[in-house]
Amino acid sequence: MNICIEKGRVLDPKNGLDKVCNIYTSKGFIVSVGRKPTGFEAKKTIDASGQIVMPGLVDLSARLREPGGHGKANIASETKAAAAGGITTLCVPPDTDPIIDTPAVVELIHQRAERSGKAKVFCLGALTHELGSERLAEMYSLKEAGCLGVSNAMVPIKNTEVMRRAMEYAVTCDMTVFIQPEDPWLGGGSMHEGAYSTRMGLPPIPETAETVAIARDLLLIEATGVRAHFMRLSSARSVELIRDARKRGMSVTADVSIHQLHFTDRDVEDYNSLCHVKPPFRHHSDREKLLAGIMDSTITVICSDHQPHDSDKKTAPFSATEPGVSALDLILPMAFQLVDMKGADLNKLILSMTAAPAEILGLESGSLTVDAAADICIFDPEKVWKVTEKSLVSDGKNTPALGWEMKGKVTHTILNGKLVYKNNESK
Amino acid sequence: MAVIEKNKAIEAIISVMATDLKTYLEERNRKNVVIVGVHTGGVWVAERLHKLLKVKDPLGELNIAFYRDDFSQIGMHPSVAPSNLPFDVDGRDIVLVDDILYTGRTIRAALNELFDYGRPASVTLTVLVDRCEQELPFKADVVGTTMSLLKGEHVKLTGPKTLSLVTK
Amino acid sequence: MTVHKNLQINKEGRLKHFLSTEGLSRELLTEILDNAENFAGVGERAVKKVPLLRGKTIANLFFEPSTRTRTTFELAAKRLSADVLNINIESSATKKGESLLDTLQTLEAMHCDMFVVRHANSGAAHFIASLVSSGVRIVNAGDGRHAHPTQAMLDAFTVRRHKGSFSGLKIAIVGDIMHSRVARSEIHAFNTLGVKELRVIAPKTLIPAYMSALGVKVFHNIDAGLKDVDAVIMLRLQNERMQGALLPSADEFFKMYGLTEKRLENAHPDVMVLHPGPINRGVEIDSDVADGARSVILEQVSYGIAIRMAVMSMCMGGSE
Repeated sequence: MNICIEKGRVLDPKNGLDKVCNIYTSKGFIVSVGRKPTGFEAKKTIDASGQIVMPGLVDLSARLREPGGHGKANIASETKAAAAGGITTLCVPPDTDPIIDTPAVVELIHQRAERSGKAKVFCLGALTHELGSERLAEMYSLKEAGCLGVSNAMVPIKNTEVMRRAMEYAVTCDMTVFIQPEDPWLGGGSMHEGAYSTRMGLPPIPETAETVAIARDLLLIEATGVRAHFMRLSSARSVELIRDARKRGMSVTADVSIHQLHFTDRDVEDYNSLCHVKPPFRHHSDREKLLAGIMDSTITVICSDHQPHDSDKKTAPFSATEPGVSALDLILPMAFQLVDMKGADLNKLILSMTAAPAEILGLESGSLTVDAAADICIFDPEKVWKVTEKSLVSDGKNTPALGWEMKGKVTHTILNGKLVYKNNESK
Repeated sequence: MAVIEKNKAIEAIISVMATDLKTYLEERNRKNVVIVGVHTGGVWVAERLHKLLKVKDPLGELNIAFYRDDFSQIGMHPSVAPSNLPFDVDGRDIVLVDDILYTGRTIRAALNELFDYGRPASVTLTVLVDRCEQELPFKADVVGTTMSLLKGEHVKLTGPKTLSLVTK
Repeated sequence: MTVHKNLQINKEGRLKHFLSTEGLSRELLTEILDNAENFAGVGERAVKKVPLLRGKTIANLFFEPSTRTRTTFELAAKRLSADVLNINIESSATKKGESLLDTLQTLEAMHCDMFVVRHANSGAAHFIASLVSSGVRIVNAGDGRHAHPTQAMLDAFTVRRHKGSFSGLKIAIVGDIMHSRVARSEIHAFNTLGVKELRVIAPKTLIPAYMSALGVKVFHNIDAGLKDVDAVIMLRLQNERMQGALLPSADEFFKMYGLTEKRLENAHPDVMVLHPGPINRGVEIDSDVADGARSVILEQVSYGIAIRMAVMSMCMGGSE
């Protein structure tokens, strides 16, 4: 279908584009940005005046709870939420049930995602067999099956030798290792170690739970020469470690989840289980340094770190609840809030949710380049709406942003030239 | 608010009460006497009777806060002085003193509390003012004065040094 | 972003749930102490009971075993003439995979008026208070490391009985501050009640991060910490602390931090010694001190009932 998106402000950081113009798509691809191609006849015209037209988002980490979830969320429901959030490509970590350590699981996820047709879904394969941190996973087979990297997800690898060998084997397979840095012994608590954890008597997670793991793994990365990506940084000191490593020319990248840029340990007050996340929300100054890390390109990616839960998983005393936030619906408006609240650079923010994660995954997507797949998100930056359980498309209603007045909403999402989401209230 | 009886008049009433009480107790051969006042006004009257009757045992004080039947409506209020019965209640002839006898609910609570301390031989109810509007089957044995008030009117004893009865 | 409301207070500013000594005014804490003063006499009567909570049902909901605390709550409830239900859940429901939420709903259907809750997770009492229907009251009998407010209030009661008031007092809490809900509740209570100085004394391994943010002075040396204090509160040292990397041995702890007559010479001459019990003789406290003239440990136990009577009746009496 030929689509013309008219009069929108086209923001494509990868191509350095920021101007009001039209975009033309045909047969699933972008055919022109600006001038109408000769002989183009639009089957559908979308009036995007006053709105922002950008590449469909690429989300580095979203749990879809299938296979293995016992709650409401599944691939169909969550890819629908992704489309509503402007996300056209997303990557699933390997801690499904069964774990993504065989090609069969990868195929299953790809099939289900294709059937749903709402977003392109890729997988990270397991780094160790069953994420057991003892034997290596079949990384080569996983790569053949389409995995874009390998990771032990949220399970720390205690044994340093296993970590070293896993990295060496990943080098052999030419795969990027995705690491969520956590020292298993220091990381046993349930909230950031600080004045609030002391007051509330919640078992603390010190900053060193993260930094000690990063320091160890940076040395192993240096020694093995593996391409590595650190997931979900939470502390200021971690940003410094990554900055130093990158300065020395190491091929390491890092991401942060969108909610780490909004919440701090103070929000846990009153034992709000919706703020139970891993790694934990840390001090106010950590949050500022994480944002600064994005602005100076130490951290190149913002992800949703989407973890939907049924309400009973969050209805218990704080430590007994499951960590995680549902974020597919909200990543984009929450990123825009950083522009208003903190003066963050919009181009950089969009880059960190489009071309930058695509590059880490080895994908071409994340831009509005001519001849690229027509994965496009149209966003109304002025639309004010309220976050409620009902207004969230995801089956996970677990977000501390419930009740917020949100400014900005995705109005259309186009995947391979097809409209996969349209906000009912949009023109 | 209007003062209806002043100090002197009240002290006079109390001394008549003392005489009546003495007669009442003697007629019934109640000799093992202790005096117990109900907080707050009752204690002031009881102090005076205690002195006039020259009772050897110290004065007892009852704070019926824990025995009120309207607790679930009004809740706990911190009260300054707790109940204090500095003698054994068993087998005693108790003179229970209150300032105003109105519905009788205070007396019910006071009797309940009294019996939680032991088993007295007798209880003689003595009040300064009887409003004659009891809702419960209590009748004072010794009464200072009676008073009939309009609906919604209240009478209160103020003290402790100078006693007056005021209405509002 | 979040609205922090105080679950413990009703519209009229009176006590509704008793979850923590934090966030309550000095007036309210003083009211608890004053009421306890009145209840203290009830135990000395022929009938050790007042009819205040007659017809009310109080459930002791213990997700963690504790005979001592449960018994004093039970006795307090019975002296207020309430009907008492003891439910030990550590053994039954949760093992069968029943969630706390399910357990609560079952119990609420029994029309209890108050739950006295002990739970291993910090924040459990808050969680339950935010969940129960409006007529039900919650008293926290200890949640994780967070709070044990009735214990703190009975310690405050004991101190006030001996010292008259709190102003000008220097109080030291010694021992496992890190894992102690008693310590946290005492710190909030004594600071609100207006002591002059509050100290905590322990090795660095037993002091949580940013401790001084709670308004205490931190000492690692007990002799310096005990200097001129008016009251010392010793905490019980659990055996499991010696299993991890927190302390090498009970003997070494006693050598460094055990309370002895000699060490008490540093303190104010009228110093009083408190302990929430049960005491470990020769671990945190020497027998001579525990049984000595400065010890008020047994008094604390009897005051515990009066404090719990005060708290229960205050929570039960207020409206929504």
